Amino acid sequence: MAPSDSDSTAAPTEGLTSLAADWSSDQRTFKNVPWGKAMMWIFLLSDTFIFTIFLTAYMTVRMSTTEPWPIPSEVFALTIAGEKMPLLLIAIMTFILISSSGTMALAVNYGYRRDRVKTAVLLLITAAFGASFVGMQAFEWTKLILEEGVRPWGNPMGAAQFGSTFFMITGFHGTHVSIGVIFLVIIARKVWRGEFDNNTRGFFTSQKGNYEVVEITGLYWHFVDLVWVFIFAVFYLW
Amino acid sequence: MENVQGQQHPLGIYFKIWGLLFVLSTLSYLVDFYEFEGYLRWTLILVFMALKAGFIIAVFMHMRWERLALSYAILVPPILLGVLIWIMVIESDYTFATRGIFFGGAP
Repeated sequence: MAPSDSDSTAAPTEGLTSLAADWSSDQRTFKNVPWGKAMMWIFLLSDTFIFTIFLTAYMTVRMSTTEPWPIPSEVFALTIAGEKMPLLLIAIMTFILISSSGTMALAVNYGYRRDRVKTAVLLLITAAFGASFVGMQAFEWTKLILEEGVRPWGNPMGAAQFGSTFFMITGFHGTHVSIGVIFLVIIARKVWRGEFDNNTRGFFTSQKGNYEVVEITGLYWHFVDLVWVFIFAVFYLW
Repeated sequence: MENVQGQQHPLGIYFKIWGLLFVLSTLSYLVDFYEFEGYLRWTLILVFMALKAGFIIAVFMHMRWERLALSYAILVPPILLGVLIWIMVIESDYTFATRGIFFGGAP
């Protein structure tokens, strides 16, 4: 780890004075924050803007259409033992994603404790939750396309914009989850092989990694969960 | 020097937040299940959403333990998005009204 003590001597570490001091220090601004983590946060900030623009576009077409909007509670209902359960699959997907966020948080914690095996196992459990989420989404898409006849340009239930916004938003989110699963598996493998303990150089960057990478991957994963919180609220519950 | 070994916190807080997220998700599902309507539905959905998002960012993503320089750099810019949403609400109300006038579809 790079020595970062020298640039934070005697500077205030709390409150607005620390904010001013950090930004005006003529040194690196984000003190004690690994550069990878700062970069991940900035990437997530840009991703926030992308997802908000999608959701705002959805809000705009939904508020401005004069056609009736398909009722999500009914469209996404599952029939189990002859009884219609509203939004059941979506609720299960929500719980799966929250569970995965919890195991991810634990993985980060055990990573900093240098508990190689627990970290790797928790990362793999997180990846498994993520993969099952994507699987359920594939099931949901299939059901919507084949049984309900939803297309990006129209559907039998009402406003045509329903399909395009739905596929765009959940598709983009599902892509994020899929990429996250791939990253989780790669990091889990590195942790399992002890590459962060014996300074093995990475296959892609040729840099020595450390357990901060687990936290950075964790930030990405929690963000995916975070986006789902908003999609769940404004797309499915509205 | 704190923090340089990364974010180290007792496990208990993660389990508490984890449980809380489950409770909040169940509650927002129940809003749909019991078919609350109107402003009550909206308030509940948005409150549960904001709480869940807040807990995830603050604890799972460790934002409450970061220095203000980073927190403000990440959390302040999204406020701009409120302006975008506000503008688009006005815009879509206008579109809805003109569609009603010219195509006669609006109630």
